Amino acid sequence: MSLNGLYKEVILDHYRAPRHRGVLEEPTFKEGGHNPSCGDTLEVYVKINEEDRISEITFDGHGCSISMASSSMMTDLMEGKSLEEALDLVKIFEGMMAGEAEFPDSDQYLDVVSLKGVADFPVRLKCATLAWDTLKRGISEYQSVEQHTSE
Amino acid sequence: MSIHYGKNGDIKEISSPLDVERIRQDFPILSRTVHPGKPLVYLDNAATSQKPQIVIDKLSAYYRHSNANVHRGIHVLSEEATDAYEGARRKIQQYIHAESEQQVIFTKGATESVNLVANAWGRKFLEPGDEILVSYMEHHSNIVPWHLIARDTGVTIRGIEITDSGHLDLEQFRSVLSEKTKLVAVTQMSNVLGTLNPIQEISMLAHQAGAKVLVDGAQGAAHMPSDVQKMDCDFYVVSGHKMCGPTGVGVLYGKAEWLEAMNPFLGGGEMIEEVYLDSSTYKDPPWKFEAGTPNIAQAISLGHAIDYLRNIGMEAIHAHESDLMNYTMQRMKYYDDIQVYGPLGKRGGIVSFTMEGTHPHDIATIVDRDGVAIRAGHHCAQPLMRKLNVGSTARISLYFYNTTEEIDIFLQALNKVREIFGSVAKRTV
Repeated sequence: MSLNGLYKEVILDHYRAPRHRGVLEEPTFKEGGHNPSCGDTLEVYVKINEEDRISEITFDGHGCSISMASSSMMTDLMEGKSLEEALDLVKIFEGMMAGEAEFPDSDQYLDVVSLKGVADFPVRLKCATLAWDTLKRGISEYQSVEQHTSE
Repeated sequence: MSIHYGKNGDIKEISSPLDVERIRQDFPILSRTVHPGKPLVYLDNAATSQKPQIVIDKLSAYYRHSNANVHRGIHVLSEEATDAYEGARRKIQQYIHAESEQQVIFTKGATESVNLVANAWGRKFLEPGDEILVSYMEHHSNIVPWHLIARDTGVTIRGIEITDSGHLDLEQFRSVLSEKTKLVAVTQMSNVLGTLNPIQEISMLAHQAGAKVLVDGAQGAAHMPSDVQKMDCDFYVVSGHKMCGPTGVGVLYGKAEWLEAMNPFLGGGEMIEEVYLDSSTYKDPPWKFEAGTPNIAQAISLGHAIDYLRNIGMEAIHAHESDLMNYTMQRMKYYDDIQVYGPLGKRGGIVSFTMEGTHPHDIATIVDRDGVAIRAGHHCAQPLMRKLNVGSTARISLYFYNTTEEIDIFLQALNKVREIFGSVAKRTV
């Protein structure tokens, strides 16, 4: 429950120098996320290549250190993943944040594990999950449109 | 009351007209700790105030001793409950200086009060082409009900602008007022900027144009003497829980003529005279607007909260908060990394601010660890946030039980924010 557990150096680093931040020109899809309780908004931009993998992913918007760092870490993690892999990762992340799954002790999730401390601050959970939730909705919508047009 | 200055012009201390240490003992919650070794420093009073023991006691005493429905039983309990409920109405009448107690309607809160006017008055009297003027510093509860009515009646909503100093732009207000204006919806005290609006002048101008005035007193009624006759407003809404009362009770005041002419709001028991299967007639105000069993215990307890406030004195409460506000503003302005929003001069006990390089949410989380409860977000005032060009702010809001020591603890806690985010503040004064 300590502040140091929440504001880890790696989180502050992503906050000060976010990766993949900005508007992506001609994305395959983009999705907006909004946290009505605090007014934070962000957009996630995704470009899909021929192999149906995420070739580029960016985010833009404003929010607190946790939401910005989480967005930055997520985009780091998602690059090169297939949409199914991406959805799986979102699910795993949601489970970890909800306390239903352990945070793995490996670098498989890159810097994302550093968000573990957020789970001790229930009112801040939404900050951490905003980008992930936005990406999930973006992928689902993209997939349903794809399916619709191919039918 | 006085303010003591140091050699450099700093306010060193304030001597309050109130015995704050004694007052604090009336509020059991103020002596709890929120983290190990960290006593509560409650600076989120604009969201809700804390409750004195007397209000807590009266709330439970009602259920222990007098619980019954009002206005319908012949038995002793019902008579007692009715007397206490109507007694609370009289206390509120006196508190806001309403002409008569028939003009005091109990609602579940200030939000419902605005919705009541929007529906019961708006649906009957608004027509396509009419205009409602809403200030940019309104709380969502004095904006969204008008959206819902505008959608159904075809009226247009226009804004009253805000000057750079955080006041209403009265010149622009004059220029948008016209014979089309049917209502001006404006707050007595901004819940974000602390701005105290010149309601009397606004009422005069609005009335000259033939418009009615609804004043949001959710903050104002809790913190300063409020007189609906002096303000000359047509409607005034009050929140019980922001003025030491329990949640679930608020008030609508209206000029007798309008309340008479308005439609009922909710239909049901208690608000009727005669009911047939296909029609009904209604009671006179205020009961016409109080369908169903009201929040009896809460209304009675609000009456006791008002007794408590009046016993301390609203002038003294306002004076204490003003001095504490000056103390706070002066210290916050020491630092070049803090941006304070709203008027620099006279204002209510509310300060919204941002800190360079740090999001308001992070500020709130960090100071909470030192026991300091503040609010971060848009404060239900998104149109204002856009005017200020910020997504959110941090906000402290004071009440009469707050002290300079608590402000010092808060300012100390801001240093932790700087530590964590590695920022350095220069003292500018």
